[in-house]
Amino acid sequence: MQEASPAQVHVHTPPTSFLRKHVFSLDHKVIGLQYYGLALAAVTLGMVLSWLMRFHLVWPTVAVPGLSLISKVGAPGGIITPEYYLSLLTMHGTLMVFFVLTNAPFAAFGNYFLPIQIGAEDMAFPRFNMMSFWTTLAAFLVLITAFFIPDGPPISGWTAYAPLSAIGSDAGPGLGWGQTLWAISIALFCAGSLLGALNFISTTLDLRAKGMTFMRMPICTWAWFITSCIALLAFAVLLPACLLLILDRTAGTSFFIPSGLVVSDRLQPHAGGSPLLWQHLFWFFGHPEVYIAILPSMGIVSHVLMASMRKPLLSAKVIIYSMLSIGFLSWMVWGHHMFVSGMNPFSSLVFSFPTLTITIPATIMTLIWLGSLYGANIRMTAASLFALGFISMFVSGGVSGFFLAQPSIDIYLHATYFVVGHFHMVMGVASIFGVFAGTYFWFGKMTGRMLNETLGKVHFWITFIGTYCIFMPFHYLGLVGNIRRYSTFVDDFMGPLMPLHKFITIAALITGAGQLIFLFNLFHSRFWGKPAAQNPWEGTSLEWSIPSPPPWNNFGDVHPVVYHDSYQYGVKGSKGDYVMQDSPEQAVGG
Amino acid sequence: MSSTTYTPVAVAQVRTSVNVTARSAADGASRSGVWVAIFAITMSFAAFTSALFVREGGSVDWTHLVLPPILYANTMVLLLGSVTLWMASRTVNAHALLDSHAVKTVMGWLMATLVLGLLFIGGQYEAWLQLAAQGLFLATNPNSSFFYVFTGMHILHLLGGIAALVYVIGQVFGSHTTFRRAAFHNTAIYWHFMGVLWLYLLFVLRTKL
Amino acid sequence: MGKFFAVILVIIAIASAYPIIAHKYVQPEDISTHGHAIDEQLSDTMAESGFAFLGAQFVLAFFVWKFTARKDGTKVSHLPGGAKVMVVAAFILVGTEVLALGVFGQKAWASVYFTAPKPDDLQVQVQAGQFAFYFRYPGPDGKFGPLHPDKIDEGNSNFFGLDPANDVEARDDVVAAELAVPVNREVHLMMHAKDVGHSFYVRELRLQQDFVPGLDLSLHFTATKPGKYEILCTQLCGLGHYNMKAYLDVMTQEDFEKWMKDKISEQ
Repeated sequence: MQEASPAQVHVHTPPTSFLRKHVFSLDHKVIGLQYYGLALAAVTLGMVLSWLMRFHLVWPTVAVPGLSLISKVGAPGGIITPEYYLSLLTMHGTLMVFFVLTNAPFAAFGNYFLPIQIGAEDMAFPRFNMMSFWTTLAAFLVLITAFFIPDGPPISGWTAYAPLSAIGSDAGPGLGWGQTLWAISIALFCAGSLLGALNFISTTLDLRAKGMTFMRMPICTWAWFITSCIALLAFAVLLPACLLLILDRTAGTSFFIPSGLVVSDRLQPHAGGSPLLWQHLFWFFGHPEVYIAILPSMGIVSHVLMASMRKPLLSAKVIIYSMLSIGFLSWMVWGHHMFVSGMNPFSSLVFSFPTLTITIPATIMTLIWLGSLYGANIRMTAASLFALGFISMFVSGGVSGFFLAQPSIDIYLHATYFVVGHFHMVMGVASIFGVFAGTYFWFGKMTGRMLNETLGKVHFWITFIGTYCIFMPFHYLGLVGNIRRYSTFVDDFMGPLMPLHKFITIAALITGAGQLIFLFNLFHSRFWGKPAAQNPWEGTSLEWSIPSPPPWNNFGDVHPVVYHDSYQYGVKGSKGDYVMQDSPEQAVGG
Repeated sequence: MSSTTYTPVAVAQVRTSVNVTARSAADGASRSGVWVAIFAITMSFAAFTSALFVREGGSVDWTHLVLPPILYANTMVLLLGSVTLWMASRTVNAHALLDSHAVKTVMGWLMATLVLGLLFIGGQYEAWLQLAAQGLFLATNPNSSFFYVFTGMHILHLLGGIAALVYVIGQVFGSHTTFRRAAFHNTAIYWHFMGVLWLYLLFVLRTKL
Repeated sequence: MGKFFAVILVIIAIASAYPIIAHKYVQPEDISTHGHAIDEQLSDTMAESGFAFLGAQFVLAFFVWKFTARKDGTKVSHLPGGAKVMVVAAFILVGTEVLALGVFGQKAWASVYFTAPKPDDLQVQVQAGQFAFYFRYPGPDGKFGPLHPDKIDEGNSNFFGLDPANDVEARDDVVAAELAVPVNREVHLMMHAKDVGHSFYVRELRLQQDFVPGLDLSLHFTATKPGKYEILCTQLCGLGHYNMKAYLDVMTQEDFEKWMKDKISEQ
């Protein structure tokens, strides 16, 4: 009797049918590209929504052509109602946080490059991987459906605070089916992300090539690995929260709805639930989510920077340890979102300390990036510009965190534009800069054709200056006490601030339009770009040891062996000032 | 700062071809996968449990619920399933290669486990019917809500175990050559975890509801 | 491109900091007894963060200026001291800042949340509902009548769900749509949400607190300057959220007594 032989266990043959190759593909590279495409669709939609919001804020009575076709109720004659504004902000936040900031830096690039960077043929569980993408896509479609139902999309914000989100249509249109679709979508998203995280972790633990010790893994592999550990815990908490929310909404339970609520003149048939329970569960996920968005970009930026600077970081180890401690601390800070939400005031002080402490590893990382630039020989590519822009943005968004981490200042600034400016810069823009850096860096590897560098640089300058013009003034508005989630500023107080709001809106329109350059570059270069060499940036990690684009099984029929860490820049190697990870060259002297 | 100098050396045997290590790596990954999944599921139920504590803490409508006695019988059934699965593991471990006799024994224990698992699910359903007969539905009070949610979520996860068990049985049944030890052992780990998880849930239900 | 990057970055950093340094955008005048502590904390943090912001951007600009596409060959060098210096610097810079801000921040927070309301303060109940605030004063008997959610009837102006027919305490309760308070007297605000989450935010008072349905919280403050100030709901509460506001009317003691007398006679 024979048991299955190894060859029979892993019979991998290249997929032949179109569906298997490009649609229901098990190949991590195709799945990575699919995630990237999904994120691109989501970010385009999310950005258009933000345009509509900005437009409404400063020209509330001017019609947006064609908008009435999408929502007759929300935008009669193309004029956005203040109510529809709430739908727009809810959908904008949900799309951006979940389908862009989680998908692009983590799921898309992670899927494509994590197996390659550790020298694996594929993810540990290719079928789960495929399921994870299709579940995420289903989540996206469910969410988008909310635009087309009669009641319109939900209006409770991306945080969906109960009981507003739990009561149902009594609380207002959009809180009926729209909110239910939202909850189902996020539950699906959680399930998809859990499958993805499970795959990332198992792959990193067990499928590393010979010689690929943990400390030899590239920093972005580390970032994806740490992120997947955070995601595993975070989404494992949000999923139950969403299930309980769905039950409250559809089955009449009272997890989040207390007794005695009178909504739309109707005494609600619920009793005893706890609105703060939702906030705790949500933010227990929500704060780590911030790091799910930013850590992969930190990793990508470190990776790109080294190839641009032609020297290693001052200490990659310190960066890795900093990311680990950020990941660890991220579990102790969720309460800082709830300083004024009725939590015990002592808890606020307790949550304030780890929140302030988390700035230490963040500062260490920033100083390491800055210090590493000293003595470098920077090659200024579009990718390196975005990586440097990331550092600038991360600092700008980071320092405003100092304010919000202190409960006493938060009393004044909570729910103002200061908060909006803070998280857009540090979590939104910085993370997206990491994605842009990664795109300009890896596009050649992924498609076999290089992106146009000149267009890339133009794109950078518009985006860099533009995002500062948009989000820096948010802080000023917040200092004056301009609160967020208000759709029309009609009173005397807001009058003097309108010029600043107009400036922001115009900057947003221009910056958004600048992204068309990027889209054009993606599309044009995909077909007509310069063919990509195997190692155009003279990088050291394993993705540069294989053709562009890589064959379906990454390394052909051989398994790479790794001899070095991925930081061998600024050395004397046989090819130049770097030594590849899989090069058996031996160091002499040193 | 002097930079390290590298010299090329003769490239010999730097690339190994696909061999047994590839398989053990894949098996290792699936073992890690099971533990990672267990970790995530634990976290989920920790979230459910803390929801229960918070919900109980701030409410005036927390009541008391008499657990349907059949739950204890179900518990015995599920634990017995773990025992039969353990017997199957013993047989597998005792044979470096599964001969047809060993296959028969393993099949027997696996089928017993599957039947006990299904019986457990049937028993849990009966517990729901008994509660419903008392007029306690999902939305009746917080205690009944948590009862249905906890048991329902456990069954949902157990169905994953059932699917894995069916897959392993298929492997053993289809042809001896398709038997994969790793799949078998990982299924066993998950199945035993389902038992442990149920004991924990029963403890929470018993003490808090 | 490196020099260009550096110049643009310096311009951005200075342009970003200018409105702050020039005090173009500042919080409105503080009218509370505790607000100065928050304002001081805010300006201290602004100084420290501003220093960190400008410092980091300038260093980034300088290094990019100096170390881009160097003509002196490809030989790279490293910062003297290396990573250790950076880690130590981060701990000293941020660590002390964390401690300082954390410790001093406590004081301002404590002045809002950890002091007990005075026994002779003015008790007012505020109810937030979609999409209005209502304020209730206990009336001459000094007692609030109990709330009956099922009795809420906005058509008949029974916003709180009072039952004067059966509850003696409720008969003289004064209900208003604005929050009138006497100057320099502590106000004890009892917060009640009728339907979903709301928030009570008065910029000038440096006060913000959420209403949590099912959980009645309380706040206390002393307003020091007569005038009318906006009360805003800052917690997204549904369709009319943007319209949910009321006014805080701080009056002299005499004006307040007169106001109260008028209200009682209106009842």
